[in-house]
Amino acid sequence: MPARTFIDAIRETLADEMRRDESVIILGEDVGKKGGVFLATDGLWAEFGDERVIDTPLTESMIVGASIGAAVNGLRPIAEIQFADFIFPAFNQIVSEAARMRYRSNNGYGVPMVIRAPYGGGVHGALYHSQSVEAFFTHVPGLKVVVPSTPYDARGLLRSSIRNDDPVLFFEHKKMYRSVRGDVPDTDYTIPLGKAAVTHPGTQISVFAYGLMAHYALEAADRVAEEDISVEVVDLRTLRPLDNETVLESVRKTGKCLIVYEDNRFGGYGAEVAALVAEEAFDYLDGPVTRIAGPDVPGVPYNHVLEDWFMVSPEKIADAIRKLAAY
Amino acid sequence: MAVTKGSDTSLAASVGLADEDLVAMYRLVALSRALDERMWILNRAGRIPFVISGQGHEGAQVGIAWPLQKGHDWIAPFYRSIATCLTFGMSPRDILTAQYATANDPSSGGRQMPGHYGSHEHNLVSVSSPVATQLLHAVGIALAAKIRKTGQVAMTTMGEGSSNQGDVHEGLNFAAIHKLPFIFVVENNGYAISVPLARQISVPNVADRAAGYGIPGIVVDGNDVLACYAASRDAVARARAGDGPTLIEAKVTRLTGHSSDDQQTKYRSEEELTEERKRDPVPAFRAQLHDAGVLTDVIEERLAAEIKVEVEEATDYAESQPDPDPATAMRYVFVEDVD
Repeated sequence: MPARTFIDAIRETLADEMRRDESVIILGEDVGKKGGVFLATDGLWAEFGDERVIDTPLTESMIVGASIGAAVNGLRPIAEIQFADFIFPAFNQIVSEAARMRYRSNNGYGVPMVIRAPYGGGVHGALYHSQSVEAFFTHVPGLKVVVPSTPYDARGLLRSSIRNDDPVLFFEHKKMYRSVRGDVPDTDYTIPLGKAAVTHPGTQISVFAYGLMAHYALEAADRVAEEDISVEVVDLRTLRPLDNETVLESVRKTGKCLIVYEDNRFGGYGAEVAALVAEEAFDYLDGPVTRIAGPDVPGVPYNHVLEDWFMVSPEKIADAIRKLAAY
Repeated sequence: MAVTKGSDTSLAASVGLADEDLVAMYRLVALSRALDERMWILNRAGRIPFVISGQGHEGAQVGIAWPLQKGHDWIAPFYRSIATCLTFGMSPRDILTAQYATANDPSSGGRQMPGHYGSHEHNLVSVSSPVATQLLHAVGIALAAKIRKTGQVAMTTMGEGSSNQGDVHEGLNFAAIHKLPFIFVVENNGYAISVPLARQISVPNVADRAAGYGIPGIVVDGNDVLACYAASRDAVARARAGDGPTLIEAKVTRLTGHSSDDQQTKYRSEEELTEERKRDPVPAFRAQLHDAGVLTDVIEERLAAEIKVEVEEATDYAESQPDPDPATAMRYVFVEDVD
């Protein structure tokens, strides 16, 4: 089974799906000849041409809004937002339009569309090239939100997202593009949206994470294993719909819950997981539902000392695990 | 659209239509007005909570929608588009069930406020409330039409107030770059709720902005139904020929408040409103067709009687339809598996 980088898995999946279904098109800034600023679409323009790989002006609202229209008229657009930080001009189109189209038309119209966006910090991207924006969208009924952490998952989840008949936000941690490798079979497998994965079975503490933090959680689990703390790591993979069953099953087994996310702590996605556990697994808890997340400042600062201060790291996660284990 | 015959009037021939087309267009204009007036009566009688009106816009809407091919081309309408929707295939029942928000309201099954029309059956995109968002949907529909080589034209329509939104710039720019089969219609009634045109745009016409995109910007008298038709016909021909988008600005008048919750005498003088009422497209079109010999008293009486029955029937129908069942309110957040 060939090992691929995270971004290779994404690029190859885009190409596969475009070969498989001629209604799939890509729109975004620099996605054409350049192949995207991270090269996620490298080579696609050469293979599929101007009509299916469209370099747009710098107009995020148009990228999403025109994708909605194209989806309404028979295509399956994949919109690339160059950085998740720049998605906000399209917020109205995503939230008011794409998310609500099926509901407001009583199933008259649907919007089969994927919005891909690189997110996350730790890459010297500062305030406007580092943000985690998932919580803005997981709040909205009508949107699905996917955050893969491995090349294998990226491929299976991207396939499912493209073949899905409703809008999907697909967030890719940019630090993982070339630093994460993994085996990816050449088969046409899919991973259903809404299924978490237990990536490290354990008995004493459940750690829930996604994206880059799913890797850091595994590193932390390895560190504390030497101290005889048994951690179960659950990679959520899809944030909405959330796999409630897998989350609750894990907490009911371990009795302790730590949620890790890179976004600002207050009102972040982890709060929803915490609420779920508090409401549905209270009788099983043997310690406080705990979150470790980014500090509540308006962005990741640039200087490397400040950036390190901001970022959740394996060591910070391990510390939180130790504290919770001591309960 | 019928083909002009030798026996048609010179008025019909002047725009390449048949007399029967003009009668059908007049019927739509008059029907839209009658339905609209009925909506206000129902609102004031406490039967329906809200009305947003198209009175004053009907002539432009019928003339501009007429050249499109029903069931093939697309329109992304807005909340005043009653006549547009009727011209494109929706029925008086469809319009009035939306006012009553019934379970079988085809626009939204009673989920949206009245005025938020839409019909997949008729290629009318579902209307939302944030204004001008629909322009991008029509641009995307036109993009898909070009890629899929369907020969479809996509039109969107909105007021001049909405035309100031950023989505309009982003969409026109893209449509012009790719020469998409797209038509942008601005129904300029001079007011964005209470704000007059001089406080909305810095140039005389919204259509002046077309120059910035290198596309034609046409200004038409929105009370001249056939001038609107001709402008739209030419824009459709351009779009189908691959020559790209057109901006059509129809100068219309708003004969009612912004909505049933607005009192426009607070910001418009009686003199102004009296003047504006002279620009009503319904009597203007009727007189034009009378003078040309297209409409006779006999035809007009027949149409008036038909419309009266149609509006009564649609009202009774909508009034008798059940409300949506709350048990269905969780449906269609996402697609439902058929198997």
